[in-house]
Amino acid sequence: MNIVVCVKQVPNTNEVRIDPVKGTLIRDGVESILNPDDANALEEALLLKDQNEDVKVTVLSMGPPQASEVLVECLAKGADEAVLISDRAFGGADSWATSNTLSAAIKKINDYDIIFAGRQAIDGDTAQVGPQIAEKLNIPQVTYVQDFSLNKDSVTVQRQLEDGYELIEVKTPVLLTTIKELNTPRYMSVKGIQDAYKTDIPVWGLNDIDVDPALVGLKASPTKVFKSFVNPPKGAGMMLEGTTKEKVESLFINLKDKHII
Amino acid sequence: MFEKKHEMIRKLAREFAENEIAPRAQEIDKTGEYPEDLRQLLIKSKFHCVTIPEEYGGCGGDYKSAAIVTEEIAAKCGSSVTQIMPNSLSGAPLIYYGNHEQKKKYLQGMAEGTLIGAFGITEPGAGSDTASITTVAEKDGDDYILNGRKCFITNGPICDFITVFAKTDTKAKGVSGISAFIVEADWNGFSRGKNEEKLGIHGSKTCDIILENVRVPKENLLSKEGRGFKICMGTLDSGRITVASQGLGLAQGAFDQAVKFTKERIQFGKPISRFQNTQFELADMATKIQCARHLVFDAAHKKDTGRPYTMEAAMAKYYAGDLCNDVSYRSLQLHGGYGFIKDYDIERIFRDSRIVSIYEGTSEIQKLVISGMILGK
Repeated sequence: MNIVVCVKQVPNTNEVRIDPVKGTLIRDGVESILNPDDANALEEALLLKDQNEDVKVTVLSMGPPQASEVLVECLAKGADEAVLISDRAFGGADSWATSNTLSAAIKKINDYDIIFAGRQAIDGDTAQVGPQIAEKLNIPQVTYVQDFSLNKDSVTVQRQLEDGYELIEVKTPVLLTTIKELNTPRYMSVKGIQDAYKTDIPVWGLNDIDVDPALVGLKASPTKVFKSFVNPPKGAGMMLEGTTKEKVESLFINLKDKHII
Repeated sequence: MFEKKHEMIRKLAREFAENEIAPRAQEIDKTGEYPEDLRQLLIKSKFHCVTIPEEYGGCGGDYKSAAIVTEEIAAKCGSSVTQIMPNSLSGAPLIYYGNHEQKKKYLQGMAEGTLIGAFGITEPGAGSDTASITTVAEKDGDDYILNGRKCFITNGPICDFITVFAKTDTKAKGVSGISAFIVEADWNGFSRGKNEEKLGIHGSKTCDIILENVRVPKENLLSKEGRGFKICMGTLDSGRITVASQGLGLAQGAFDQAVKFTKERIQFGKPISRFQNTQFELADMATKIQCARHLVFDAAHKKDTGRPYTMEAAMAKYYAGDLCNDVSYRSLQLHGGYGFIKDYDIERIFRDSRIVSIYEGTSEIQKLVISGMILGK
């Protein structure tokens, strides 16, 4: 069985700063990490590999040359192969252009049963690339996967909703986007790191995949960033305790205090 | 000196230590029990077999990698370092002096996490004075019969086997009659003393190992008869790099606590980090920690590149062993009364640091090694 995992290198955006002029994230001096939801995507693939010897896990990432660092990390956790999709022509891509590129790369891999992708990347929060890849490959997709089991030619998954989940059985090949509730990502191992740096990570550029140059990169991206902003942090909440009457009284006092009523 | 893999190993070890070890360090210290699930996690990431060759299931890593792992783990919990001892004392005798069968059986067992090893040279009457050991190994046909008592054995209470140093030739002068044997814990005549109550590193178990007519087959003689002292010194040479890394990590851990506390603690209307005494203390500690780091990785790099490193390893062990005591003392002082309370990590780090300038050769022995290299024997 062949599994493809799509991952992204993202800035560790715990303290995100935004360029006030360009409206984009300031990435200088910010540590780069494997996107958290993608770590869950990889973990689910590796869990399948732990259980079945014939599972081959290939990790795919589009990004600048330094994005190979997260691929090394994926190899060090146990992935079999990694491919970096990197070319100046792909730069500045929005989710549509990115999924054009990634789906072309996956077509080149050709033989796959499951594609795992993280729900969304913490630098863009679009949650669009995974679903778009599925559309462009013309395969079924399930997003927000919080539980997974493998059947013979299908998979059964729980799709998280706000107030519960949907239980869905879907035929392979299929694309699944994963959320943190699905599993706990493993650590790398020292041996895995040693081996990962000995593994060749091929880089595929525009000429290596079958994609129309007019469909990739910045110029092919219909998305225009209107405004980026950080929500002001919410203040600490206040728990009101006591009987209902006391709580209501306290609520009124506090609201009046703040001149809300 | 460092390759990309070293940076990645540091990232892994740091994340692991922060997320998995640090939250449990206090519990480990309090109970004196090392959680089995944490031990298994350490094994899963193969922190315990960095220097064991790949052929025997290890990582085949260098000493810089082992030093990085040790430093990062020690920064969060001094006790946890003895969980990765195959990188030093329990692994080195086999790695450097074991034959293929011995490695296959014991070294691979440790790499796979199924066996725990220990190292037994010290005796009640023989500490720094190694030559005065009284444990004897008498030849009996194809076997040896071992009798004696080893003390302060790290991992003694939980070990599956131990490298024991014993005299095969009691008439030989000095250290020439010492040989090394691999002794399994379930052999007749092997017993353990009580688990010692120690000042620090409570998560690491220590006891005496008593050998009473233990029959050891000749296959379990390491190298040749009379090579014991060489094996012992060779092991301690490389072990010094990892103990020094432990000292470095403890010093860094103590320093991190000082920075955190002095930024938060307000006296006379401002954080105490704003006072010059605190600033000078922090600057001085940071500088010395950096010195220790350079010494440790200089020794490790010399070993990794096949150059003589005995003096450098002794210097690193001497300096880092003393430094963690110094830094943890000063960090505790900056904590004031809070530093004396067990709720604060510095109290544990202060106690855990004390062993580093003692075990695997005291600071005084390191100075003898260093001066011996300078003046010639």
